[in-house]
Amino acid sequence: MLVVHPKKIALFGVFLAVLSMPLFAVERGEISGNCTLPLLDGSGNVALNELKGKVVYLDFWASWCGPCAKSFPFMNRLHDELGGKDLAIIGVNLDENPEDGQAFLAQYPASFTIAADKGEQCARLFDVKAMPSTYLIGRDGVIRDVHLGFRADEGKALRETVEKLLNENPSATGAK
Amino acid sequence: MPSVRRTYAALAFFLAIGAAGCTEVAPWQRGNLAKPQMALEPYPLQSSFRGHIYGSREAASGVSASEGGGCGCY
Repeated sequence: MLVVHPKKIALFGVFLAVLSMPLFAVERGEISGNCTLPLLDGSGNVALNELKGKVVYLDFWASWCGPCAKSFPFMNRLHDELGGKDLAIIGVNLDENPEDGQAFLAQYPASFTIAADKGEQCARLFDVKAMPSTYLIGRDGVIRDVHLGFRADEGKALRETVEKLLNENPSATGAK
Repeated sequence: MPSVRRTYAALAFFLAIGAAGCTEVAPWQRGNLAKPQMALEPYPLQSSFRGHIYGSREAASGVSASEGGGCGCY
């Protein structure tokens, strides 16, 4: 004889509802969480908390996302022109298939760091709302700007923000 | 145990199971949905063009519109 516990079943329902609830949004002004990501070429890891003192341009992309392809030349330019000045540009690939990401990179080569977020923990931590999503993290580890999507005419504003963040406290401790 | 309570319990159970199915597809999980073969409208330009032709022809003869346009071009 199966004994049914309505209260337990109701609790189980609440538990399931909580499980399917969305995460808190990550907004500017919040301290960036830490996540460690393996590089796509398998040559090690990149950890956000090791980049304290640097300005971090964190960009989430995927091969199937059209605007991402448009943002790559911009990020390459940013890397070539400012990359040496305490700026870390990290493109986080969110393809389910790593091969798709590789094929995309063959078509749109990247001179900046490319990491893979296979377990999606970084995407969940930052609660990515759109593809691509760009998070600009200041030297103090605070998220200073969140930019959703990418259009060719938005590069200028992004670049200005990056330059502004680079000019803040250039002699910050921990800057490598 | 009365059967009414058991019915409610079963209902709550299946509601809970159903609620768990109401999941959101995260923006970064839309790789398969972004494929062209997943598009609701494979040829949007062609469809809108055909829609335009159909609409204007039908409006002229008064089938889908309330009355014919009377332009004499049907």
